[in-house]
This record gives sequence, C-alpha cells and structure tokens, in this order.
Amino acid sequence: MDVFRDQNWVLSVGTFLPLAGVLVMLFIPKAEEQLHKLVALVTALATLGVGIFTLMQFNYDNADKMQFVADHEWIPVIKSSYLIGLDGISLPMYFLSMVITLLVIIYSWNHIPNPGNPKAFMILMLVLQTGMAGTFIAQDLILFFVFFELVLLPMYFMIGVWGGENRQYASLKFFLYTMFGSALMLVAFLALFFKTGAESFAIPYLVENGGAIAKNTQVWIFAGMFIGFAVKVPMFPFHTWLPDAHTQAPTQGSVILAAILLKLGTYGFIRIAIPTLPDAAIEWAPYIGLLAVIGIIYGAFGCLAQTDMKRLIAFSSVAHMGFVMLGISTLTTFGLNAALFGMVAHGLITGMLFFIAGSVKERYHTLEIARLGGMLKQMPKLGWILGFCSMASLGLPGLAGFWGEFPAILSAYNPADGLPVETFRTFMIIAALGTVLAAAYLLWLFQRTAFGEPKAEFSGHGGHGDHGDEHSDIHDVNMFEWIAWTPLLIAIVVFGVVPNLMFKVLDPAVAVTLKAFGG
Amino acid sequence: MIAAVETLSSGWFLEHAWLIPIIPAVSFFLIIFFGKKMPMKGSEIGIASMVGALVLSAGAAYQWIQRVDSAPSKETFISPVVRTWNWWQNDGFSVSIGQHIDGLAITILVVVAFISTLVQIYSVAYLHGDRRYTHFFAALTLFSAGMLNMVVAENMIQLILGWEIMGLCSFMLIGHWWEDGANSRAALKAFFTTRTGDVGLLVGTSVLYFSANSWTQEHLGLSGFSIRGLSAWALSGDPSSAAITVGAVALFIACIGKSGQFPLHTWLPDAMAGPTPVSSLLHSSTMVVAGVFLVARLYPVFFEGLNILGGNMNLIVLIGGITIVIAAALAFVQNDIKKVLAYSTVSQLGYMMMGLGAGAWLPAVFHIFTHAFFKACLFLGAGSISHSASHHSFDMKKDMGGLRKVMPITFTTWIISTLALCGVFPFSGFFSKDEIIDNVGHNGYNLFMIVGLVGAFMTAAYMTRATYLTFFGEARGASAGEHHEEEHDAHDSHAAHDAHDSHDAHDSHDAHAGPRESGWLITVPLILLATLAFSSGFLNALPFGEKWERFKTWVEPRSEVVLDSGSMASGPGHAIAPVRPVAESEHGEGHGSVCGTETPEEGTCYAPSLNHAKFKWSKAMLSLLIVAAGIVISWLICVQLYTRKNAKLVGLTARNKLLGAGYLFLLNKYYLDHLYEKVIVRGIAGPIARGAYWVNQNILDGIVNGAGVITRKSAGWVYRNVDQRVIDTTVNGSGAAARGAGSALRPVQSGKVNQYGALLFGAAAIGALVLIIINT
Amino acid sequence: MLLNQFLLLGAVLFCIGVYGVIARKNAVMVLMSIELILNSVNLNLLAFAMRSGTADGHTFALYIIAVAAAEVGVGLALVLLIYRNKRNIALEDLSEMKG
Repeated sequence: MDVFRDQNWVLSVGTFLPLAGVLVMLFIPKAEEQLHKLVALVTALATLGVGIFTLMQFNYDNADKMQFVADHEWIPVIKSSYLIGLDGISLPMYFLSMVITLLVIIYSWNHIPNPGNPKAFMILMLVLQTGMAGTFIAQDLILFFVFFELVLLPMYFMIGVWGGENRQYASLKFFLYTMFGSALMLVAFLALFFKTGAESFAIPYLVENGGAIAKNTQVWIFAGMFIGFAVKVPMFPFHTWLPDAHTQAPTQGSVILAAILLKLGTYGFIRIAIPTLPDAAIEWAPYIGLLAVIGIIYGAFGCLAQTDMKRLIAFSSVAHMGFVMLGISTLTTFGLNAALFGMVAHGLITGMLFFIAGSVKERYHTLEIARLGGMLKQMPKLGWILGFCSMASLGLPGLAGFWGEFPAILSAYNPADGLPVETFRTFMIIAALGTVLAAAYLLWLFQRTAFGEPKAEFSGHGGHGDHGDEHSDIHDVNMFEWIAWTPLLIAIVVFGVVPNLMFKVLDPAVAVTLKAFGG
Repeated sequence: MIAAVETLSSGWFLEHAWLIPIIPAVSFFLIIFFGKKMPMKGSEIGIASMVGALVLSAGAAYQWIQRVDSAPSKETFISPVVRTWNWWQNDGFSVSIGQHIDGLAITILVVVAFISTLVQIYSVAYLHGDRRYTHFFAALTLFSAGMLNMVVAENMIQLILGWEIMGLCSFMLIGHWWEDGANSRAALKAFFTTRTGDVGLLVGTSVLYFSANSWTQEHLGLSGFSIRGLSAWALSGDPSSAAITVGAVALFIACIGKSGQFPLHTWLPDAMAGPTPVSSLLHSSTMVVAGVFLVARLYPVFFEGLNILGGNMNLIVLIGGITIVIAAALAFVQNDIKKVLAYSTVSQLGYMMMGLGAGAWLPAVFHIFTHAFFKACLFLGAGSISHSASHHSFDMKKDMGGLRKVMPITFTTWIISTLALCGVFPFSGFFSKDEIIDNVGHNGYNLFMIVGLVGAFMTAAYMTRATYLTFFGEARGASAGEHHEEEHDAHDSHAAHDAHDSHDAHDSHDAHAGPRESGWLITVPLILLATLAFSSGFLNALPFGEKWERFKTWVEPRSEVVLDSGSMASGPGHAIAPVRPVAESEHGEGHGSVCGTETPEEGTCYAPSLNHAKFKWSKAMLSLLIVAAGIVISWLICVQLYTRKNAKLVGLTARNKLLGAGYLFLLNKYYLDHLYEKVIVRGIAGPIARGAYWVNQNILDGIVNGAGVITRKSAGWVYRNVDQRVIDTTVNGSGAAARGAGSALRPVQSGKVNQYGALLFGAAAIGALVLIIINT
Repeated sequence: MLLNQFLLLGAVLFCIGVYGVIARKNAVMVLMSIELILNSVNLNLLAFAMRSGTADGHTFALYIIAVAAAEVGVGLALVLLIYRNKRNIALEDLSEMKG
C-alpha cells in the first residue's frame, strides 16, 4: 500500500501535545486553580490547532491512503514499531476527539464536579485525549493496544473520584469489564501475530497476510477481538457497564465516554477485526447483526423503563450503537460508511445530550424525570436545545443522526456476498421499528421534562418577586455552556444538511478496508 | 428509431423552482435568531417568505403551462424539469438533491404556498399577543419549507427529508400550548403515529432502492432513489413482483400514517389541540396530503406493485373506502366543530386514496387541489368563530348557534365551503369528488363507487348538522354573550388557562363584548378561500366539455414511451428530453406508443396510461340527488332534535340499546385509541419495557455482578484457604523456626570475650581443617 | 628449610597468643596476646615474601603493624575507661553484652 510520508511529525505532535500540557501542570501548585484551567485550555486549543492543520493538510483526493505516516523502531524484540498514520476512516474520529476534549475543558471552566481539584481533573482529561487520539492513529497492534488501555485509567479515576454516589461500584465495573475484554483482545492480537508468521504487528502487514489463516483459526481469533471490542462498543449483552458508568460519571466523563470512548470499539472492528480476518468476519457477521438489532430494540425498551434522565440517555447509546454495529455487520461499503457516520453523529448528539443532562442536574439537583417538568417555561433555551437534540437523536432528516441511522437500515437490505440475505432483511425491518421506539422514548422524555408546568418544588410558590435561595440555581444557559455547546449544535446541523462533508472522506477509505470482500 | 429531439419551453421560474423551499427554510433561521427584535415579532419575515414562495410558484406554474402548450401534440410526454446536485456519496456513487417539477409538483406548490400565505396572515390576528408568537411563526414557516421541499423533491431521500421536517413541525405546532398536558400528549401522539408509519417509508425506500438501482443506473444513469428512475423502473417490466409489491405496501403504510387513513387515523382529530391556523394548514393542504401526494408521486410503483386496475380490489382502494365511511360516521358524534372538520378531512383523504387506488389519478389530484381551499376555509371559519364569537370554545352544542346574523362574512364563506365539500353543483367539490366516484365505477370498482356515494350522503349530512348547530337555531353559551368559566373545560383543561390568558391578550376588553364579526386579517383570507372554493372546480369542469379540462392538460403526466432518455438525463440543469418515435406504426396505430400495463419493448415509460370516464349528467344527477337527500334529511332531524327538542329524538341513544351501543362505539372511536394507547403503547412502555429492564438489571447485570461476586468469593476462599493456610503456614513456620533456633543459640552469646574468642578460633580451626581436607 | 623454621616459630607464637586470648582474665594480657597473634602472622607473611621474592608480604606486614598499633591504642584506652568505671579489668565480670 503506498502511503504519504510528508509531514510525518504532525500526528505525533497532535497526539502528544496534551502530555506537554500535563508536564507543565505538574509543576504548578495545586492551589492555582485558574492557572491550571488556563494551561489545560491553552493545551487543548493548541492541540485542536494541530488538528485543524492536519485537516487542512490532509489530501482529500487520496483519503483512501494512509497519510502523515511515521514509522520508527519501537520494541524490536517483539517486532512492534511506532507506526502511525491517518486515512479517511480515522480522520473524523481523530479530529472529533480533539474538539470534544476542548469543549469539555471549556465546559469545566465553572463546572468542576465535587470534590474539586482542577489540577488532577484537567491532567486526567489531557491524558485521556492522548489515549483517544493515539488509538485512532495507531497502525501497529501493540501501539493500538497501549493507547486503547491508556484511555481506561483516566476514565476510571474520573468516575471513581468525581462520580456520583455509587461511583466506586461503577468505576470498578467499568474498569474490570473493559480489562476483561482487553485481555481477550490481546490474546487475539498475539494469536494473529504468530499465525501470520510472527513477522510484524503492523496493521497493513496483518491485513495482507491475515486472510491466509485457516478459517477455523480465524473464527477463534475473531472471537477474542469481538469480545474486546464489543465490550467497548458496548454491544448487547456486554453493555451493562455502560448505564452505571454513565450515570455515575461526572458530566465531562459522560460526554467523553459517549462521544469518543464507545467509538474505540467500533473503530477497532472496522480498522482491525474485519480487514485482517475477512473469512471470520463473514462467519460472524450474522451474529453481530443479530446482537446489533437486539441491542436496538432492547436499548429502546431499557430507555422506556427509565426514571432517570441520564440513565435513559445512556441506554439510548446502546440502541444507537446497535445501528452502528448493524451497518458494520453488513460488510458493505454502504453499511460501513453509515456506521462511521453514525459514530460521529452519535458522538455529537449524545455528547450534547449528556451535557444537557449535566446542566439539568446542576440546576435541579435531580434527574428524576417525574420531578422535572416545564423546563421550557423556566429555561426556554435549555429546553429547546434538549428538544433539538432529541430530534437529532431520533434520526430526523436534516440533522446528523439521520445519516447514521437510515443508511444503516438501508444497507441491511443488501448485505455483502456470502451473508444470509433474508436474515439481514429481517434485521432491517426490526431496526426500522427501532426508529419508532427511539421516537417514543426521546419524545416522551422531552414531553415529560420540557412541556407542562414546572413542578411545585421548583417553581417557587409565590410566583412573583423573590423566589428564595433554594431555586437560585435555576437559570438558563450560561456563557460557558454556550461556548461549549454551539460548535456541537452547529455541527449537528451542518453534517445533517451536507452529509457529504464526511461521506466524501469516508467512502474511499472504507472501500479499501473492504477490499477483501470484493466490494 | 431516433428522431429529432423535441425541445419544450422552459424558463427561469421552472429552472429555479428549487428556491421555493429554500426561501422559507432560510426564513426559519432568520425568525429564530432575529424574529423577536423585529417590529412584528418575526411574523413579517414568515409572511414575506411565503409570499416569495407563492410568487415563485405562480411563475413556475405559468411557465409550466407554457411548456405544456409548447408540446407538439396532446400525447407528447411533458418531461419534468429536473435539476440535480450531488448531495452525498456512498458506495462509490452519489445521491443527489434537486428538483423534479412536473404538473403534480406545480399544483401542490401553488396550493401550499397560497394557503400558507393566507394562514400566516390569518395567524397575525389569531395569535396576537401569544406568548410564543415568534416561535409559532418560525415553526409554521419551517413547516411550509418541509412540505415544499417534499413536493419539489427529486429523489426519495429528499422527499423523506421534507416528510420528516413536517412531522417535527407538526409536533411543535400541535403542542404549541404545551403547558397543557393534553396538548403535549396530542403532539406526541401525532408525531409518534406518523413515525410508526414512517417505518414503512424507510423500509419501502430501502427495498425499492436496492431492487431498482442496477436497472436505473444502467438504463437512465440515475440512482435507485430517483423518482424518475423509480417510476420508469416500475413500468419497465424489470421489477420482480415481490420486490415492488413489498416496496409499495411499505410505502403505503407510511401514507396511511401521514394521511390519517384507517387504522392510523386516530392522531388526526387529537391534533386539533393545536391552534386553529395550524389545523387549517395541516389538514387542508400540507401534512395530511403528504401521504396522498406520495402515492400520486410514485404512482407507477403503486400501480404495478399493488396491481391497480388489475382486479376489483387492492390495498389502496380498500383502505381509502374504509376510511371514507368510518371517518364520516365518527363526524356525527362530535360536538367539537374542529373535530367534525378533522373527521371530514380524514374522510375526504379517503376519497383521494380511493381514487388513486382505483386508477383515477387525475380526479384524486384535482380533489387535493379543491379540497385544500374549501377545507382551509372551513377551518379558518371555525377559528374565526371561536376567536370572535364563542370565546375560544369549539363546542358547537354549548357555545354556538345562531351566529349567521352576527358573523355574516364567516357564515357566507362557511356555507360556500360546505357546499363545495358536500359536492353541490357548481361548487368545486362537485367537479373533483364526483369525478372520483365516477371513475372508480368506470374502472370496475363498483363496490367502492357505492361506498363513495354513501360517503357523499354522510358528508352532506354531518356538514349540515355542523352548520345547523353553529349558525342556526338560537344562540347558546358564549355566543349568546355569556361568559362562563366552563368554556375552557370544553376544549382546554385548566392548565392551559394561563397560556390562553397570555394568548388572549384582548380578553380583558372584549370578553363581555359578545359575539361579533372578526377583523379583516381574518375575513380577507376567508373571502379569498371561499372564492376559490367556489371557482377552482372550473379548472377541470368536465360537464362543460373538453375545452374546460385544463387541469387535465396541464397536470396529468402523458403516458408516452420515451426513447433514449437515459443519455440525456445526466448533469444538472438538463431536463430529460423525450424523443418521439418516428415510426409510429411500429407501435401500433393512433396514439403510437402508449404505456399500458404491458412492458414497453424499447424506451421508457414514466406514467401508466389511464382511462377517463365520460361525464354523464345522469350519473351526476344521481350523486347530486344523494347529496341533496343528505342535506335535507339531516336538516330536518337537526331542527327536530336541537331546536324543537322533539321528545322522540332527544335521548334516543339512551333509550334504544342498539343505537346506544353504536353511539358509544362511535364516541369511543371504534376503541382504536384504546387499543393503541392502553394496549400497545402502554404494553410496550409498561410491562415489556420494564420486563426488558428487569432482564437487564437482574439477568445480564446479574451475570456480570454474579461473576464479580463469584470472583470475589473464590478469591476470598483462595485467600482464606490457600493464602492464609498453606502459604502463611510456611511463612509463620519459618518465623517459629528462627525463634527456636535463636533461643537455642542464645547461651552462646554469653557476653564473655574469651568465649567469643574460643568460638572464633574453633570455627577458624574447623575452617582450616575443611580447607586442608578439600585440598588434599 | 629455613621457611619451615619461620613457620614453626609463627605457629608457636600464634598458639601462645590464642592461649592468652582464651585463658587470661586480665584485659591487658588479652590485648598483648592479640599482639602476639598478629606478629605471628607478620612472621608468616615475611617468610612467604622472602620465599617468593616480592615485596607484597613486606607491605602487608607494615600495614598490620600500623593497624596493630592503632588497635592497641584504642584497646588500651577502652581498658583504661573500664578501669575507671569499674576499678577492675577482669573480663569475666564484664558480661553486659550477654544476649
């Protein structure tokens, strides 16, 4: 595969720049809270600057090829090298991770959750950013694995230290569950390495030689990767860590978790599992599709049963990632494009929904749906933003969510050669029914929280004049929230109206990924 | 075979019809961001955008007529004006966005733009002082943008875009006064019901796309989403009957949801919770027409897929027929004037569907056209009554009556529109509805012709009842000048009181002023609509001969075989140019090549050829008689029941068990709402969702937690038994051994230097001995 | 052999020294016995050095003499202190370091 090696410093700088910020912050005393925030913000801005530079230098006519490739010796003993590169599949996620981190840091400016300590919080966030960005550019399995695991730790602390009441349980569950998957994934990586002749961990090499492995072996190796990635996605029935982690995580953690972390799993499928093990992918695809549609329906049911707003949004992630996985399971360019678009769209929309949930919690000190109501009356802007995001989330055309959802459904009608067509068509209809359920739970949420009159406990009984201090938290969207949210809201609209911005980049790269399937 | 390319005239307005939905879409954002700062709170932007859309639509209509006139013969296929731009790409090819302007699109564009303009003007007065005045206009404008976009859509994806935007806006508009739980529930129900139908739209589009794509790519260079492509494909003989049938049925399910057809009609009457201008717009020309429009738009797909004209029964005609009767029956038991109109809308949509299902394409589309005017007029009339006379009540029995003297303009326009709706000659409804019934019979669907006639009778009867209750008899309740508190209960629950207070800013000064005529902002739209309700029928006045069939000439797609259009159809700005076959004799005599139910051997068909019934006064007289009978009988009963209080009639439903049961059955809307809300929705949201969640928490999470617990327990066991016993025993043992050895050796350390010295030398001696032994 | 005589003398001196260290009770006498042992070692070293013809042994011997001088200095100082405290320098009575 020919690659572009120009400007091969760009990716390394973009990935490790946050660590430079971390280094600076280590030498600043803990008490200097504003300074810490400032350093973090500047670092994130600089990182995004590099990201934008990458975006501008990216050769869009050759989105199917690896660009900015850097290749250095790393651990020669195990034949692992520092091989990084960026193509059309990685680019959107790579960039999105930078944007989300910056926005989250802006949001944190006056929203540091209890027990405070911005120094540690910001450092964790920046480390997290390095891990996320690194995962999307790594082209070597060991490197990928290192970054993949690097993400875990900051998240664990973020949930465990800054989380809600039940944070210990949630953070431990998150950590152990993911570690369990990672362990199997590592075994699979090693198996792949040895079965291809113990030559190299480089993904391009494995893609070329993975197909030659005997089918039975492939199926087993794929199983290991499947569990590793499926836990991360999370797919039914490996999803149960997600609602707990989301519910307990601080707002910032939830946003990053939803926007980027979940995508590491689906990205792993697209980047590693499917191209390296094509025969196994064909064998596994119907089961992945089945679990995906179960996830769609099941996640929706889970949502309908929720009484907590944040938990509802968390369950909706299960359903939405079901659409993404359905797209992947078709093994067609169409489906993978849809899945990748869905990943970004879900990142934007669900990230936004978690932001809103955080702000609602901050104002009402509860996320109990039954206690909320009349948000539009007290905080019209926040209420309408919630409405907007609900609409985007349920897949309204013209907003980003639709382009992940509808093409995924569409692609299931015609899966790749070798897959059972009738089965996938059944999946298609079930998935389409899932859109109705999505409308049901999101609108129901919106209706119950935003419409109607505010509940007495929050409305201030006098109605006029002094409401007393107890409701002083209830105010509309403030400046930091606007700054953090506006880019996401704009992106939701822009990608909804001009989906080609992303499809243009994804399409050629996906076609290369699926070369093994004759697509 | 190839002949000269006929060039049809085009023009700026036709080429730029895509601007029509763009204008309101942009205005939406302007209203949202700047509306509140404008002197008229954003309503002027909304109205200006609708006027702009109307001007463009009218220009396009004019140029379309020129285009039709420029055709060499009456049979020439008038190619639509298509422009496309690349929207997004996937799987190597691109999906476009653009415009597809033909007679159908032009018709609906004009109607939608016109009625939207009037409704917006009307709303300026009707919603004066409303708390969310600006939001209302924003939503209304976006709504029109959605509908217009759907109409000009070049392909299915673009059509879905408009379709769903309408769904969203209907949610916002129906739930406009969302402080009241009932309103927000109605909004939710409307969106949710139509969304249920939309599953069909998604599935149908997918099925058709993958079935058609390879054919359309090969023959026309179009994607399988393209409306032209799908139409041509459906008539090409390529599709397998299963694929096209599944696709058509799936799409039709979406149409059932959107157009309020049985059995998904239940959202429509509830949607009356929205402000009256919204009802007027949604239920005359836009939202509910979308489903009918989709059937008309992709008519070849439905024609082939559901085998229209291939027998005396098919899905569309059946659903349409059922809907006519069912909805009309429901209209009899309503006390809310808007609900009467809502069921009447459902029933009229049934006519359109039935017409389409029976191969009466043109009459059905013509009925969309005429129905839009008179139904909008009726709704706005009802709004006018509630606004100025009945103190925001829509209850005919409680708060209306005898209004004909107080509101002469409203009354006159109402009567004109009612006559049009009933299909009285020469009002517009007659020309469209009668033609539907006529053609349904003509095409062999005799059963449904009878259904249509029964429906006409019922329509006349319930409209007479509504008219009588509203305008005749003595004034009751609010229209009699009483200002009582319950009137809110009639339509709005107490929670909305607050909202209404703000929306009725003028309440304070005219609450006791009694009923009066509405202001000019309300009456002018009424008069305009009434004029059209009367006159629009003459566009296609069959009874007066062929010269009057202008609508047919302009709108109906010609079923000519078009040759080699594929090569011409690519690229933006190029209309597909039809090629007329020279050797007409090869395709038979007379009309040359006409697309029938048979597959064209060469070339492409874009529309099936349909027959038209000849107008006969005898048949028309029959239906007119039925209508007259409906009006007269209903009038007599009304007089007896409501004014004279005839003891035989009053309370009849309470006395006669059978009638009472029927009445109850109707009052509960055939219990469909119970089925949907109590059984299905509550079932899913309740036990099923809770069950799934229980499974999640107890089984899946149980497994995870169980694994955790087992791990922890086994770890504990290992700790206690292995770690603490085996390993720790070893460790402890070594400690004990050390202690024992220490105490054993303690005497050695006597503190006596000599003894130490002795030990030292002893040890050294032993060491030396060992060395010697080893070395020798 | 001349070497044997040197070694024998060394061994005799060593044994006398060992006897002194073990049997004498007076601390000063023990120190002197240690001097005997050290000097017996010196004697051996010098004998071997002459035999091998290098200066290594001489060097070691000189070092040992220096160390021995230092040792005696420190040892006598300790004995002096003990005497001041206890008025007695009998080693049997000095068993404070008993374990």
